[in-house]
Amino acid sequence: MPKGKKDSQKAIRKPAAFGPDLDIRGFSREAAPWPSCPVSSLPEDIAQRALSAGVRTDEVDRAGTYFQIDRSAVFKGMKKTFGGKAEILSTKDALKKYRWARNYWWKLVDANMDKYTALANLRWDQGYFIRVLKDQKIELPLQACMFISRENFNQNVHNLIIAEPGSEAQIITGCAVHPNIQSGLHVGISEFYVKKDAKLTFTMIHNWAQNFHVRPRSAALLEDGATFVSNYVCMKSVKSLQMYPVAYCKGANSRVSFNTILHGAKNSYLDVGSKVVLQGKGSRGEVIARAIATENAQIKARGLLVGENEDSRAHLECRGLLLSDQASIHAIPELVGKVEGTELSHEAAVGKIAEEQIQYLMARGFSESEAESLIIRGFMNVGTFGLPDALKEEIKKMVDASIAGAL
Amino acid sequence: MGERLAILTIEDLTVKIAGKKVLNGLNLEVPEGETHVLLGPNGSGKTSLIMSILGFPSCRILSGRIQFNGTDITAMPTNERARLGIGVAFQNPPPIKGVRLGDVFRHLAKGEADEIKLTRTTNIPMEFLERDLNVGFSGGELKRAEIFQLLAQRPSFAIFDEPDSGVDVENLKIIGKAISEFLKRRSGLLITHLGHILRYVRADVAHVMFYGVIACSGEPSKIFNLIMKRGYKWCEKCPKVKRIRRKR
Ligand SMILES: Nc1ncnc2c1ncn2[C@@H]1O[C@H](COP(=O)(O)OP(=O)(O)OP(=O)(O)O)[C@@H](O)[C@H]1O
Ligand SMILES: [Mg+2]
Repeated sequence: MPKGKKDSQKAIRKPAAFGPDLDIRGFSREAAPWPSCPVSSLPEDIAQRALSAGVRTDEVDRAGTYFQIDRSAVFKGMKKTFGGKAEILSTKDALKKYRWARNYWWKLVDANMDKYTALANLRWDQGYFIRVLKDQKIELPLQACMFISRENFNQNVHNLIIAEPGSEAQIITGCAVHPNIQSGLHVGISEFYVKKDAKLTFTMIHNWAQNFHVRPRSAALLEDGATFVSNYVCMKSVKSLQMYPVAYCKGANSRVSFNTILHGAKNSYLDVGSKVVLQGKGSRGEVIARAIATENAQIKARGLLVGENEDSRAHLECRGLLLSDQASIHAIPELVGKVEGTELSHEAAVGKIAEEQIQYLMARGFSESEAESLIIRGFMNVGTFGLPDALKEEIKKMVDASIAGAL
Repeated sequence: MGERLAILTIEDLTVKIAGKKVLNGLNLEVPEGETHVLLGPNGSGKTSLIMSILGFPSCRILSGRIQFNGTDITAMPTNERARLGIGVAFQNPPPIKGVRLGDVFRHLAKGEADEIKLTRTTNIPMEFLERDLNVGFSGGELKRAEIFQLLAQRPSFAIFDEPDSGVDVENLKIIGKAISEFLKRRSGLLITHLGHILRYVRADVAHVMFYGVIACSGEPSKIFNLIMKRGYKWCEKCPKVKRIRRKR
């Protein structure tokens, strides 16, 4: 079943198209299994870190949870009141339980795209399977946590998310590490299937550590009338992060929106983008990215819109704010129109805080640092993003804390 | 007039902005409780003077000093000057995305200014408080939003840089009354080109600026009417202005 192992053996040496190349042999695959336990009884230090990535181990305001530590799925399940609306399993269990699940496995992401996908194919450590059942609407978010508890560990997860026709759900995925952990490699494959008239809001929050390397590989397929909102928040520094998720708007009137909020600090290297492929009639896409770079951070903010249908439209907006002379932000917006009638547009702006704005606010009595923080918080204002209510406040707090730390 | 304490005293102020001399040994004194009008052709340095009074870092001081209420503020950071009681309604306020007018208002009001009353006084719709500061505001809306913020700030010395430019008849009346009422118990400096605002605001002295210097001062209606009638071209023939131009 795990397809093309032979090919993956070859692909394991293939560098990714973007981002610094890593020697994947430098990471450890040793991790003792974690026993299953109720999510509420996880140790306090783990609970705290999970919370900082939006995952609540008390499950307040959440409909269900998947919690993985290193390679072990320690908890998975819906809360009782939401049973029958969705299903949460580990992907290993899901592929055993459902023969049909393999029809969704490695179908959107190419297992041999690069060494990281190959790694996930050859050394696969679970991941979550979330299936929102037909016509079910879940008011509270489902949550998943990918946690690393061992130094220099290489974790390779593969997630499968299916929103059945007419369903509606929000998923929060938080990635975090134990406070003692500084380095490691996380590879995360996620394949999303948003079926006819379904609506899925996916929010991923990364809270890694300073010497971490992170390589998510995600793709989504949208059927007729499907809506996919994908939010990504990364406020903590990492060594390197490279991702370029793609959404295929295959169905008629399908809609995707990608929102990205990045804060690159210290020596972080972030290469983050979003791709939208408009294939269906009436399909629409929107990509919004906000990035701030402090200290020595290097950020590449990419975006690619591909119009393959005459009646399709998408817009890309990327804004970067440089808060240090050593930092850099490189915005790379790309538009590819393949047919007449597709409407693609972009706006990108990268710069420092305008001195004029600071002076103006200081004339109103704000101190210089108050003025800066007001301007930066305004720049990163997530109020306009399609965030779930449960998360709006939390993300705002993360952004505020990260800005306060930056100044 | 001499008995009144000066709220603002500027002596021999020379300032460069972006390498260009914008003030050239300027002197100005505004006694406590008075409102002065500042006139002068485009580019004569009126806005530069305001920015220097505020101490914007872009204004490099070559000579002179500025005193406010007897305190030398020449080297003071802008926000401290604001705290001492200097406030400005700007000619060209910059747009700031993501920062709402309401955020700034609340900071200025410190819970002591009546939001609803002030929006009415300056004809600012309540929903503007939720809008990004100066983003997409029309010309007249910008002016009103500036005055709205200044009324919330309540400075003892209020400077209005062309509050009447680009404002329609009805709104002129509204802001005219607001400024006039506000300046009753305060001191102020008012910049205007066409003097519309002077129909509502009573001023004590007018100054005319040329080439970064105040060339003459006097009774506001007299000076203003002369300029309206003869234009700045006529002023240029004045020996004093000629001397200023030569010295520059
Ligand atoms: N940042 C700058 N860079 C270059 N020149 C500047 C700068 N700021 C001001 N100046 C110049 O200084 C002079 C004075 O400008 P200022 O804005 O003070 O004029 P003003 O009297 O307010 O004119 P207006 O009536 O048009 O508002 C002008 O010639 C202007 O072009
Ligand atoms: Mg001016």
